[in-house]
Amino acid sequence: MTALLDPTVDEPTRQASLASKPAGHGWSGPNWLAGLAGWFWLAVVLVPLYWIVITSFKAQSDYYQQNAFAPSSNPTLDNYRLVLQNDFLHYFVNSVVVAVGTTVPTILLALMAGFAIVRGARSRLLKRIHSLFLLGLAIPLQAAIIPIYLVIIKLGLYDSLAAIAIPSIAFAIPLAVLVLTNFLRDVPRDLFESMRLDGANEWTMLWRLAFPLTRPALVTVAVYTGVTVWNGFLLPLILTQSPDRRTMPLAVWSFQGQFQVNVPAVLASVVLSTVPILALYTIGRRQLVSGLSEGFGK
Amino acid sequence: MTTDAPPAARPRSNPRGERAGQHGPVLWMALPALAVFLCFAVLPLIGVFALSFTRWDGLGPIHLAGIGNWRSVFSDSDLLHSLWVTFEVMLYSWLVQTPISILLGVFMASQHRYRAVLAVFYFIPLLLSAAAIAVTFKALLDPNFGLGPGLHSSLLTQNWLGEPALAMGVIIFIVSWQFIPFHSLIYQGAVRQIPQALYEAAALDGAGRMRTFLSITLPQLKYTIITSSTLMVVGSLTFFDLIFVLTAGGPGDSTRVLALDMYRRGFGANQMGPASVIAVILVIVGLAIALGLRRLGGDADESQLEGI
Repeated sequence: MTALLDPTVDEPTRQASLASKPAGHGWSGPNWLAGLAGWFWLAVVLVPLYWIVITSFKAQSDYYQQNAFAPSSNPTLDNYRLVLQNDFLHYFVNSVVVAVGTTVPTILLALMAGFAIVRGARSRLLKRIHSLFLLGLAIPLQAAIIPIYLVIIKLGLYDSLAAIAIPSIAFAIPLAVLVLTNFLRDVPRDLFESMRLDGANEWTMLWRLAFPLTRPALVTVAVYTGVTVWNGFLLPLILTQSPDRRTMPLAVWSFQGQFQVNVPAVLASVVLSTVPILALYTIGRRQLVSGLSEGFGK
Repeated sequence: MTTDAPPAARPRSNPRGERAGQHGPVLWMALPALAVFLCFAVLPLIGVFALSFTRWDGLGPIHLAGIGNWRSVFSDSDLLHSLWVTFEVMLYSWLVQTPISILLGVFMASQHRYRAVLAVFYFIPLLLSAAAIAVTFKALLDPNFGLGPGLHSSLLTQNWLGEPALAMGVIIFIVSWQFIPFHSLIYQGAVRQIPQALYEAAALDGAGRMRTFLSITLPQLKYTIITSSTLMVVGSLTFFDLIFVLTAGGPGDSTRVLALDMYRRGFGANQMGPASVIAVILVIVGLAIALGLRRLGGDADESQLEGI
């Protein structure tokens, strides 16, 4: 790794390094264009986020008068108070219930399925099931929403939180199975064999071996599923009706209709609805970013 | 998130465990996931095809309607219009996102010190819900109370969501804002896997930066470009929440993509039959594009698909 730090090192030493850009003969210093683009885009990403946060602390009257990009000179929590007074916590709990009610069953079912697919690799039926899950990645939720609506009505689940969670599980399973299967394949067969010789059955192997070993992948899947469901809009929009059942995205949307020109209050609801996700992201970030970017970039 | 195995996971000594290593006993473990997946994803997909031949108002009984829905949807210029708008969103968002994502990906791959920091912030837009993003930009772009009047800038004080061309531009911008970071992360992962020796050979041959980029980086990224483009293009078919909250398809019908057209017919006008026709078209268009892009990748892309 010292080769990385020393710009005068010769070519052969560099070959082992992970650096993708050697300072070789054809290069003329750092890549300014790409560098500029990288930091410029960071600004593009951050400016709206910055605006959301500072504006959510402004009094409505200040919002119209002050410089839009300056933090308020007399910050206030009134907007947050207003949002909380409008049943925000109720919607928040709805979202938590739906997110947990989707994520936990998804990872349990997908772990079992992935385990079966990897352990039963010689079974033709399991191979078929695996390909079916892979095809499932291509099913757009919108296209299936009308029959889902029909099924949910027939089951008597319309306008309940379960109506959101159950289809969410079905649509989260393909990616979860894919990630977990890829992960389980890397577990050395010898580990399973030695457990089997010790008299363990498949069910024990699943929980005592596969479950702890796949924990990083489970975190990735859980965070990804959790974020997707937390932000889901279509299922709650179609499958629920009463304000009692609102989840975060629907709540933010209805706040905009309710607060109208009170932009700071609307933005306070945006902030409050995003904070849990940011917390989750902070927990699972390392695995999520590397899992997704390396998984896709192969 | 469960971190502990449920009580059922207690190890049990099983005298017949020796035979359990065969594939038979594990099959049932795949069944619960399969059942949920079949009932709420696969069957609905088949069901929507069936429903496209029926008449149903969303509440009452379902009647067979033959090919009536298909005939009426295809004879109506709305379909062509939403197909066109969908195509525009797809094309423009691809054209804007791809070059910027590649450029950013290459940059991030070469920045060891800042890569981690950039990745943290680049990921944040992906975490916000489309509804929250749409609500935010709607406020930000408001011609009376938004950013333009706030900064006293007449250039920024446009009727952003009231003019068809501007509204389309706003949608493309927001989509790029949200998804470019994700795609640039994909690209940076791929750039880091390009064999170092290729760059050294190019440097020995005296190739400049541009030349190296065009003849080494870009061709090496071929499969990644296909993967990322598939995600972008197929993903753009499903921009529903963002457009629904931002413009609701307006002004007029200028941003009414297929998914919105489906919603409008089905849950707005209570005509589930014609809405199902649109849903089937949505599936067919998505599949056609995904398969077409896959063909572009040639036969060697099996490993690529495994990576997805």
